[in-house]
Amino acid sequence: MYDLIVIGGGPAGLAAAHAAWEKGLKHILIVERDKELGGILNQCIHNGFGLHYFKEELTGPEYAGRFIHMLEDTGVEVLLDTMVLTITSDRQVHMVGKSTGYRVEEAKAIILAMGCRERTRGAIAIPGQRPAGIFTAGAAQRYVNMEGYLPGRRVVILGSGDIGLIMARRMTLEGAKVLACVEVMPYSGGLNRNIVQCLHDYDIPLYLSHTVTDIRGRNRVEQVVVSKVDNRRQPIPGTEMVFDCDTLLLSVGLIPENELTRQAGIRMDPRTNGAVVYENMETSLPGVFACGNVAHVHDLVDFVTAESQRAGRAAADYVLGAAPSSDSVLEVNNGDGVTYTVPQHIRPNRVEKNCDLFFRVNRICKNSEILVTSGAQTIAKFPREHMAPGEMEHIVLPRVLLERAQEDITVSIQEGASK
Amino acid sequence: MYDVLIIGCGITGAATAFHLSRYRLKTAILERENDVADGTTKANSAILHAGYDPEPGTLMAKLNVRGAALAKELCAQLDVPYQPCGSFVLAFSPQDEATLQDLFRRGQANGVPELRLLTGEEARAMDPNLSEQVTAALYAPTAAICSPWEYCLALAETAVRNGTELHLRTAVTGLEPVEGGWLVHTNQGDFRSRYVINAAGVSAQAVHEMAAPTTFVIHPSRGQYYLLDKSEGDRVKHVIFQCPGPNGKGVLVAPTVHGNLIVGPNADPVPDEDVGTTAEGLNFVRTTAQKSVPSVNFRESIRNFSGVRSSTNRGDFVIEMAAPHFLDLAGICSPGLTAAPAIAEYAAELLAGDGLALEEKPDFFCQRRRVRFHDLSPAEKAKLVAEHPAYGRVICRCETVTEGEILEALRGPIPPCSVDGVKRRVGAGMGRCQGGFCGPRVVEILCRELGITPDHMVQDKDGSWLLVGETKGGNNHV
Amino acid sequence: MKELICIVCPKGCHLKVDETNDYKVTGNGCPRGEEYGKIELTHPTRVVTSTVQCSGGAHPRCPVKTSAPIPKELILQAVRCLDGVKLTAPVHTGDVVVPNICGTGVHFIATRDL
Repeated sequence: MYDLIVIGGGPAGLAAAHAAWEKGLKHILIVERDKELGGILNQCIHNGFGLHYFKEELTGPEYAGRFIHMLEDTGVEVLLDTMVLTITSDRQVHMVGKSTGYRVEEAKAIILAMGCRERTRGAIAIPGQRPAGIFTAGAAQRYVNMEGYLPGRRVVILGSGDIGLIMARRMTLEGAKVLACVEVMPYSGGLNRNIVQCLHDYDIPLYLSHTVTDIRGRNRVEQVVVSKVDNRRQPIPGTEMVFDCDTLLLSVGLIPENELTRQAGIRMDPRTNGAVVYENMETSLPGVFACGNVAHVHDLVDFVTAESQRAGRAAADYVLGAAPSSDSVLEVNNGDGVTYTVPQHIRPNRVEKNCDLFFRVNRICKNSEILVTSGAQTIAKFPREHMAPGEMEHIVLPRVLLERAQEDITVSIQEGASK
Repeated sequence: MYDVLIIGCGITGAATAFHLSRYRLKTAILERENDVADGTTKANSAILHAGYDPEPGTLMAKLNVRGAALAKELCAQLDVPYQPCGSFVLAFSPQDEATLQDLFRRGQANGVPELRLLTGEEARAMDPNLSEQVTAALYAPTAAICSPWEYCLALAETAVRNGTELHLRTAVTGLEPVEGGWLVHTNQGDFRSRYVINAAGVSAQAVHEMAAPTTFVIHPSRGQYYLLDKSEGDRVKHVIFQCPGPNGKGVLVAPTVHGNLIVGPNADPVPDEDVGTTAEGLNFVRTTAQKSVPSVNFRESIRNFSGVRSSTNRGDFVIEMAAPHFLDLAGICSPGLTAAPAIAEYAAELLAGDGLALEEKPDFFCQRRRVRFHDLSPAEKAKLVAEHPAYGRVICRCETVTEGEILEALRGPIPPCSVDGVKRRVGAGMGRCQGGFCGPRVVEILCRELGITPDHMVQDKDGSWLLVGETKGGNNHV
Repeated sequence: MKELICIVCPKGCHLKVDETNDYKVTGNGCPRGEEYGKIELTHPTRVVTSTVQCSGGAHPRCPVKTSAPIPKELILQAVRCLDGVKLTAPVHTGDVVVPNICGTGVHFIATRDL
């Protein structure tokens, strides 16, 4: 019997396991499906990681490497090349691997850190032919950065999320010509810095309010048709632009990978596509926690690390019996302008000093205030000059404020409220 | 000199090859693509129809009902996923109800067993997500679903195991009558055969015209589909049709044997084998399907595809000797998948009538099994992995397909040579991430086992290359 | 006055740089933004990341980065000088892969162990 099994050895799993070890758990197992730890960071060879956590700018492999080294100094066990097939509600973990064999392990606590997957062409129903040469940006990134193969020579990228932008630069550096980055929304889904250093630096045009409306080519992509969209995101006839290209990369969103979570009967939030979690990242199944991109899609690995450390510490408290009980629960509602919040539930007496609350806005908001209300009472206000759906927002709610809340709390955006 | 050459290895060609492989004959299949089941066979509704649709007296009527019964046996013998889920045809109006009565009578005449007319309530009681607007339904318990490409592959593999030759990448370019048979010109040289069977699908008219004057015209008709995630897989329990119209059986909503939901098809006339999808076509499919099952959640779509029906101007299958020793199996549109094994039997009868001696082989065997790791019990999984560790390495995490299954396919009678070839054999890449994760790993395994470099790997057909070459001045740098 | 988006960290501060007033930077959230604003208008630089061939390790490519930012106009030239470079495992994070890129005094260094 393990104290803790962590499913996934990417940034979330690594940080969670390390934090749980530091808090005193001794029998910890990380189960990783790949042949090495580090998860998606291994293929994110660009820099820009770690500014918050390590106060220096690292590449993905370096960031992962630091945590892997930190774990080497602990007694945390790792099973690589091992896939978890099922977790049961009584915390049995069924796993299989070439050298692991088929094993069932029990744990006092489980941390779900499986990460996310990319949305595909099928998910957004792009019409056209079905040639080769249509890749999700992450799959192309793996080919280029880890396998050393270039997927194509002339590239159109649909979606301006960070992975799409990063791949625009990568394909350019590795010898391809990136003809356009196309975004259906009127704003980019990626970080501003990536628009500057991945598109502007290489004169790659960004077409906002445009989408791909046809893919041509029998065996391999030959042309991609891009059209302008109206404010309901419907293509406008007559605005078609034809790009001669051999490759279409898709960066059209990430979906938390929660098949194990659903199987285990854990309550899900349709807005995050992750489990509903409490302030300490515990799910509806006691002793099972979720952190990182499996809980909600993050933009910055530093925030994944911080969140996962909280989950790791909370799992340790759970196993060691240090968690306070008899909780009152506040539900966190999404008010105007807010797409989702994490956590979705807060137990004020379990908040140590402060409760971190993450959320995304559903539109670009300028000179606004984030309002936290409970019934008619406003319990906190946070001014923001600029917020965008592509950038996760973070506020900190002190325990004293939460204890004052009489009823469920609501997070909303009031625009033009502040100067 | 071959006894029989079969042109085309879709479901019709494969079923015919399989059937003929029980006789002492030297048979070969010529397939122009790099794999079997690479045309309409891989892109259709995957339904084994009960047989109430075709006009009594037609070949379609006769071969559908017989084919459905044979398919059930064959799928069991050859380990092809098959589910006898039954089908409904829905009525939304008194006019539709009259159509159901017609279909019921046709079904009776065609010998379809167990047909029943249900009220709207009865239908909804059996399939609760059906529209409230449904007033009546025709229930056909013998309708089933299957994996069409695995069905074709299983038939072709078994034929090969029984001695049939399969020549891939072999496109027929001309047919010449010669003493005692035909000289078949291909891009891979000439083949001489006593009999030639034309099972070339959408290209059957072109092949026919190499041998005989025109007797039918193919009007390719494209059908577009949605495939939805397994989260939508139990939206319906039966195959749900609307009343058939002039363009066929219309848009259906059905479970698949892989646990997904399939929705489609529409019917667009197309000039050739154009398997694209269009915004209008997909829109039509979506809105039409929601009339039957309003709650289908299209946000769970994982793939769109289309297939081209080889409909003809004759309105029935074209199964006849078109010239001495030349047999057409043409115009095999729906219910062609269902009818295939019956078409094969009928083809053998026609060849026998034309002088081909059919002598049964004592050593014909009709069996096939493959490991489906996902479907095993924990104890079976544990045992298998202990014996063969490659089954412990999960390659496709959406469908839980293991390296062992891919290696097994590579050692099979018709090994895959493309990423989609692996998908059709073992299901890797069929799931919700559509190969985003397992694609590079499948390429790695294929390249290792086939001894080629990744820049020579294809997604599907020849020419569907995946990678340009190596970065950083590697050996395969271009 | 020139407006820039700071790329030093993911925050993306909107900077204003006054070329007429000794490149005075406003709108920055930290001192690094001030430095970025000045450099971006006088001699812009970037950290460049890429890969090189590597044999005997877990992967056929080893990721690398420049040990410091290099002039922006040298980016493509710098990446080209990685062509044909072949490492052999073991490789350690921080190992110099290509020294003194294009005479800048900056090196390409490995960013993982292989």
